[in-house]
Amino acid sequence: MNLALARNDIPSDRMQSTDPIIQVRGVSKTYGDVQALENIDLEFEAGHLTSLLGPSGCGKTTLLKIVAGLLAPTAGDVLVKGKPVEGPGPERAFVFQDFALMPWASVLDNAAFGLKMHGVGKAEREERARHYINEVGLTGFEGKYPHELSGGMRQRVGLARALAVNADVLLMDEPFSAVDEQTRRKFQEDLIRLREVEKKTFLFVTHSIEEAVYVSDRIVLLSPRPGRLSQIIEPQVPKDIDPDDLRRDRVYLDTVEEIWHAIKQYVE
Amino acid sequence: MQWLGETTLFWKILSVVLFATTWEIAGRTGFNFSFPTFLETATAFFEMVADGSMGAAYLRTAEPLLIGLAFSIVVGVSSGIAMGLRQDVEWFSLPLFIVMQAAPMSALIPLVTFVYGIGLTAKVLAVVMLALPVIAMNSYKAVRNVPPSLIAMCSSFMGSRRQQVLQIILPAASPMMFAGLRLGVAEGFSGVVLAELLITPTGIGDLITFHRSVANFAHMYATIVSIVLVAIITVGFLQWVEGKLFRPEKRSSA
Repeated sequence: MNLALARNDIPSDRMQSTDPIIQVRGVSKTYGDVQALENIDLEFEAGHLTSLLGPSGCGKTTLLKIVAGLLAPTAGDVLVKGKPVEGPGPERAFVFQDFALMPWASVLDNAAFGLKMHGVGKAEREERARHYINEVGLTGFEGKYPHELSGGMRQRVGLARALAVNADVLLMDEPFSAVDEQTRRKFQEDLIRLREVEKKTFLFVTHSIEEAVYVSDRIVLLSPRPGRLSQIIEPQVPKDIDPDDLRRDRVYLDTVEEIWHAIKQYVE
Repeated sequence: MQWLGETTLFWKILSVVLFATTWEIAGRTGFNFSFPTFLETATAFFEMVADGSMGAAYLRTAEPLLIGLAFSIVVGVSSGIAMGLRQDVEWFSLPLFIVMQAAPMSALIPLVTFVYGIGLTAKVLAVVMLALPVIAMNSYKAVRNVPPSLIAMCSSFMGSRRQQVLQIILPAASPMMFAGLRLGVAEGFSGVVLAELLITPTGIGDLITFHRSVANFAHMYATIVSIVLVAIITVGFLQWVEGKLFRPEKRSSA
């Protein structure tokens, strides 16, 4: 399919956000002679959950890490709250695919680690860490170590750590890909609830179409090699219905189908 | 857990008893005139402890061993960490350690005597030559094997380089560093015994050489077994210290 055509699919009014917290302007990234991202222009609206979706090799994790300030773009720049990104910042927190927990530290110390890096005193950071451990449903596990927890519980610790620093933006890199399907579903439901409670902006990388449609306000579809903007979809699924009904909702299923057709051509 | 602890102790004692019995039987068959029985060896051991020769020998051996190990641990761990953290240090000193680790160091011991004579320096150097490379290489690899996502995690929360090294890299590298320390200490024991056998007979090396020369085979075996046991106990002690001081996550499940 012609990529120029694909880009025309993006209605111009959807590109303009009313309250963009993150602006990605002409970002490209090359690794040696491999072009991972090519000229990405995007805006992310405050308080929304946006998914970056695409087959492997489309550069979605690279884009997330550039927004996080963990990678520098080869060209272009990223603005967070109007200020150019030169590295990680207090207004952004990252949730890692492999959890990135310290095996030698307890759940409490892991959840408080971000605050410790921000220079928050011991008593205060432990109090805040406890609050978010409770928030993610791990009360009673504060003294446990990561190897004593299941994969799903470990990612909850990673989530508590990111929430505890009270950043405006949560950057999540395939956070549920290393947990089993049942836990994943529970997680997705929790994420939707959490978003309502926390009023934060979420950027969510996933390769699961169902997951993206289920949790997102907006889905950014990337095409691979080089990673380009392919399509932006705003799932019009009803927001206030039961999670189990939603998974059987007509619009939900149609959106999943639509995205699959858009992606299929890139999957070999 | 208590019950399990007792059964492992039981099996440990049983394996020692089996070993001693096999030794006793093999000694009694008289297949080799220089092979003493277990009981003769044990008696010789207590004799040497009683007359003070064992204690004196260990005091003497301890000097080059402890100096050499202290040097190897301090220099090995710090240079390993420096090589792991800094590209320029790595480029400069890694080849040296690779050569040292690959070369049969015991073959170089006679060379050391030519340069440093037969005194303490030569023996300390023998310990260092065996212990240092393995400690340095393990510390280096330990630093390099720290999961990149942990380092990225630290930077994503704006941890400084100092915080990254002290709070992520060193704790994450410590299990492998300790494995290197245990290997290095065991190598250090080889180094000191080799030095005492090859350079000039002192301490344990002297005790082995002397009893061999006068055909006191039970005493010779007792000395050899004792140094093996001391090495095993030292390495075991290191492991215990590591568990006690550095591995809270292992203690919690007990």
